[in-house]
This record gives sequence, structure tokens and C-alpha cells, in this order.
Amino acid sequence: MSDPIDSTPMDSPPMDRTEPDPAAPAEDDILVRVENVVKYFPVRAGGLVRRTVGNVQAVDNVSLSIPRGKTLGLVGETGSGKSTFARCVAGLIPVTSGRVIFDGRDITNLSRGAMRPVRREIQMIFQDPYSSLNPRRRVGAIIGDPFTIHKTASGGERKRQVQELMERVGLNPEHYNRFPAEFSGGQRQRIGVARALALRPKLIICDEPVSALDVSIQAQVLNLLGDLQRDYGLTYLFIAHDLEVVRHVSNSVAVMYLGRIVESGPIVPVYGSHRHPYTTALLSAAPAADPDTAAARQRIILTGDVPSPIDPPSGCRFHPRCPKAEQICGTQEPQLEAKAGDAATHVTACHFPVEAGENLAAAQAGAN
Amino acid sequence: MSLLEVTDLTVSFPTVDGVVRAVRGVSFGVEPGRTLGIVGESGSGKTVLTQTLLGLTPGAQVSGRAVFEGTDLLTLTEDQMRQVRGARISVIFQDPLTSLHPLYKIGWQISEMIRAHDKSVSKQQAHDRAVELLGHVGIPRPDRRVDDYPHQFSGGMRQRAMIAMALALSPRMIIADEPTTALDATVQAQIIDLLLRLQQESQTALIMITHDLGVVADIADEVMVMYAGRAAEKAPKRDVFYAPHHPYTKGLLESIPSSSASGERLRPIPGSPPSLINLPSGCKFHPRCGYVLDRCLTEEPTLRPIGPDGLHNSACWLPDQAAGLNEQAEKLRAEMVREERGEAAAEVFEAETLGSEGSVAG
Repeated sequence: MSDPIDSTPMDSPPMDRTEPDPAAPAEDDILVRVENVVKYFPVRAGGLVRRTVGNVQAVDNVSLSIPRGKTLGLVGETGSGKSTFARCVAGLIPVTSGRVIFDGRDITNLSRGAMRPVRREIQMIFQDPYSSLNPRRRVGAIIGDPFTIHKTASGGERKRQVQELMERVGLNPEHYNRFPAEFSGGQRQRIGVARALALRPKLIICDEPVSALDVSIQAQVLNLLGDLQRDYGLTYLFIAHDLEVVRHVSNSVAVMYLGRIVESGPIVPVYGSHRHPYTTALLSAAPAADPDTAAARQRIILTGDVPSPIDPPSGCRFHPRCPKAEQICGTQEPQLEAKAGDAATHVTACHFPVEAGENLAAAQAGAN
Repeated sequence: MSLLEVTDLTVSFPTVDGVVRAVRGVSFGVEPGRTLGIVGESGSGKTVLTQTLLGLTPGAQVSGRAVFEGTDLLTLTEDQMRQVRGARISVIFQDPLTSLHPLYKIGWQISEMIRAHDKSVSKQQAHDRAVELLGHVGIPRPDRRVDDYPHQFSGGMRQRAMIAMALALSPRMIIADEPTTALDATVQAQIIDLLLRLQQESQTALIMITHDLGVVADIADEVMVMYAGRAAEKAPKRDVFYAPHHPYTKGLLESIPSSSASGERLRPIPGSPPSLINLPSGCKFHPRCGYVLDRCLTEEPTLRPIGPDGLHNSACWLPDQAAGLNEQAEKLRAEMVREERGEAAAEVFEAETLGSEGSVAG
């Protein structure tokens, strides 16, 4: 718990770290370790002869790890690369470089056949419960697919297991023969959860699992995910743009911006004493369901939008929007490291980290 | 005199499966320069309500009154409505990509709207006004961006363009239907900031429809919480957030993960909203409510003032003093349940609510 995110620098492999952190969990307590993962999508142009003219740098040198039974929250805006990163971890798309180590085994770019047994242990839950379920298939068949594909159960045994799963996630097992359209949004997301749970995976990657749901239903699904984690010792990689949801479910959090992690660490220090100006801006922008908090808050309004990942800014990728940016930010890329006064687990990639009590909103107003 | 005064508005849609009763007798008023937040989940009728005001619900059976600047909007012909819509009342929709025509330049779309309402404006004047408006809503280099197509704009910029279009004819009222839902948090903050600034400048009335209580906490003066086509609670913002009376409002507030209850189990509202074709008897919230009294099953409550000033209204049979998230209000509710349903029910109830008081009051 005390070292949920490992941010090993690029040039020193994790095995021979010179300063072993005594509080760090032993190697076999880490279920997922991602090392320097890079994912570029080539951009092609030209008519007959397609040539690569650039790369969408969706994920650029991301390292982190998730201990068993814990939840790592991954936050960031549209285009920050969080979903691409999730797909790399799940092995759904090959990585450009870097390594994904799952349960002590390197699963980077495995062949389809070699990946198959691993897939049983890594499952995904998607955002949209309307488009992630085939509308023409019955719920029993949808949830039972994993059993068929991995040949673990068939016939009556399969039906029994599916109904058990349905009951576990709070669906009526008698609705086995219904179609997805006969369920509400929250129930559909439960179907997605049941399907992910079918093969008793170790890791579940939740990609915005509650953002399409109404508030009251959202809380039901979050509670369900929490119960399942406790009962089955599940590990979650939880992707969301809602910072309060992430704070609620996660043990630790990583903030992504334009394909890179800008800050990560256990929940309390990152939310309480965040050091990266982007984290600060993100937290100040999140709407609080409390009028007094909303009125008292000094919101940092970032100018402009997230730049294109095809041609990301030089140096620190946040510098064009950063209220604290100076010349060095445009030329030199800051490394993820623990800043003075922070625990070793709380790392920030910034040349001018935010100090305690510093008023970024006022600084911004003064600068404008 | 309110700018808009809606009285007993009812909207239903006949379908092959039965009559969908989307809005059932809603009344409210909006003042110039003020913001009414309408909060509700999917299917609560919040969008149908405002679309009906603008004549955008063809095929619906509508009754009630909606008086805007002295005219009842519900009696206008299509031609008359066209004079109001866009000019006196404008709308900002959730998804700016589907609300903008992909094949026309942004500037053309804005100037076309200006010219559709006022033929005396020349093309050049309308174009110049479009540039001015785009600059006003914070689009950089508006003189160049005015000739861009919607796909060349980012999500936040498209929403800014939609706001520019909504402002083009200086409307008296803007209806914003989930204007920031499709946007990222930092861009959402920009848009809310912009709406607040523009509203202060022009004293426009704003109706903000959203499912996000955070947005309402930021921007609204008054809040109406809708459930199953009715107003469950209508009150000044602070009353809704700090002294909610209706169990549905309370449930919504408690469903939101917040720092005070971090890591604890959330307390969701059980079940899901009812079908609008087949509504439950009595209070439409009773199947999901933890405080059901006998009369809730048979009699549907209507909005009544629960405070001395008459501003805080709730449609719930619980006594007036039951408003609030504090222990006292919780004890009072437990008392009511005990009287009505006996000791055993009350014990279960207390274990559920008072037992975890720490997270409730937090």
C-alpha cells in the first residue's frame, strides 16, 4: 500500500535498484508492472504510396505498477492516452516499446496463442453499457461467452455458473433469457461486470465504468466493484475523468497528460498536496457538489485545449498551458521524481513544483 | 413579474406501448439575470420540459401555460415560435458536434442565423458580427477561425461557437441543456466561467439543465430537482444542498463520492427510475424511498412550501422539520417510520441510517 506506484527511471531496471525502499512491497506483491511503455500510432499520408508522416504519441514512456488487491486510478482528459494505455496493458494492442509484466511474467506482445491463457486473468469493463453488449444476443449467452471461449464449462454447468454470476452482481438470474435492451443502463453495466468476472480474473481494467450512468446508479456500481474486490481479492486499473470517483475507489492515482504521467502517488498526498500545476488545475476545475466549496474555491482556468499528440510541445508537454512555465520548461523534459518534502512514492514531473500554500490562481491572475 | 412563468405544464407522448407521461404538472418561474438549475436523472423529464417550451416536441400532448414576456409560448404557431426561438430564447445543446452543420463554415452558420431573423442585415455585417461574437466567447484569432469548419474546432471551441450563436441575437433567456457534459473538466470550467461572465454582462436569464450536481452548485441561484416528470424539490441553491427535504434529493447528494466519505461504502438510492408508461401509485419515488409512510402509497404529494419564507418547496409527505442532512432530521424521519410501520421497521431503518451517521453528516 505504501508503494503502490513505482516510477523507476528509464535507465535503471527495477531488479537492481540501488536503494531498495524498505516500505516497498516485495516483488511478488506486484501484480502488474509496466516499464517504459510507448505506444505510437503512425500517421500516414499520400495517395497510392502511403508513407508515415508522423506519429500520434498516444503513450510515451509510462512506467507504473499495481500491487495485488489494490486499485490504481488513472486520470486525465480526453486524448491523454489513458484508454490506449489500458489497451496496452490488456494486450489488446501491441506496444511500440517497453514491457508489461503481469504476475511475474513478461506478456509484452505475446502471440495470440500465448496470450490466450493470460486473457483469462485480465478482463475489461467498458464505459458504454449500450454499445459493449451485442443487442441481438441473450444476456445468458453474453455472460456465458467466456466459459465457451475458454472451454471451462458448457451446457447445464455453464447455465448454473452464469446464473450464479448474475446473482452475484445483483441481477435476477431468472432474466437469463432476456436481451440487453430489456435492462436499464445500470443493469447493463452489471452484465458487463458479470462477464468480466466469469473466469475469475486477477486484474480488471475498468475504462470509465460509471461515467455513462446516472448518479444514483453510479453509486450502486461503485459499491458492487468494491464488494467484488474485497471478496475476490481483485486488482483494478480504474480509468476515469471524474476525480471524486477515482479518489473514492483508488489506493493510488496517476495523472496523465498527453501520453505522459505528470504526477503519481498514494491518494492522500496527490489529492492533498499535489505538486504538478496540471494536477492542481484539474482538481480546481472539478465541480464540487457543495455551493460553499464551489464559491470559496479559486479556480485555475487553463487556457486553450490539450495540444495534438501528433506534434506534442517540446520539453514539458504542459508548458504552453502552464501558469508557472519558464524558459527551461519548453526545452528540457522534467523527470518523474519525488520532490523535496514528499514521500518517495509521490513523484512529480515538473521543474517548478507547486509549494504548499502557493496560490496558483492568484499567480495566474497576476501574470495575465 | 417573472420573465418566464410556467404553470402546470404537462407533456405526454402517445406511443404503441402506451402513453409516456414525460412531464406531469410542473410549475416554475425564471427571473432576468438569474439561473435556474434543473437537475434530474435520465428520463426525469428535464429535457422534454424545456424542449416543449420551444415547440420542439412534435406529436406531444401538451397542457398548461408558459408565459414568456407576456405571451403564452404554448399557443404560438410555428411561424410565431420561429421569431422567439433563437432570438428571444436560445438553446445550447449538449453535443456541439451534432448541433453544428459539418459542411458549412462556423462563421456562415452564425451569420445565417442572424440574417434569418433580420433580413436588413447585410452579409458583410452579419459576418463581422460573427467574428465579434467568436472573439467575445474566447476563440483566438476569430477573424481567421470564422472561416473554419466545425471539424477544425476542438470540443471546447465548438461549444464556444454554439454559445456565440446563442448570444448572436441578444436573447432574454438561454436554455443550456447539459452544455458541459461532453467536455473535459478543465474545458468545462472554462465554459461555465464564460456563461457566468456573459450572464453578468447582459442580465440574461439562464436555465441550466444537468445531471451534475457539481455544475449546479457552481452556477445556479435556484434549483429544481425533477423525478419521474415532476418537481420533487424546488428551492434556493443552499437549501437544496444543505437542507434537502425530499428523500430523493438527499439520496442524490449521498450518492456522490466526496472527500468526506472517502473509502467508505456509498449510499446509493436502491432500484432504478420507474417507467414513464407504467408509473407507480402514489408518490412516484416510494418504491425507492427509505421513508415510506402509508399515504405515500396512495396519494401523490405536490410541491408545498416547507419554510417560513415560502422559497423552499418539496413534494414529500414528511413533516417540514425533516429537512436537512443532520442527525436531528434523521431522528425525526426514523420517528415517522416507527409510528407508521412499527418498531421492527424502525430498528432496521436506524441501523441503516443513524448507524453510519458519520458519513451522512460529513
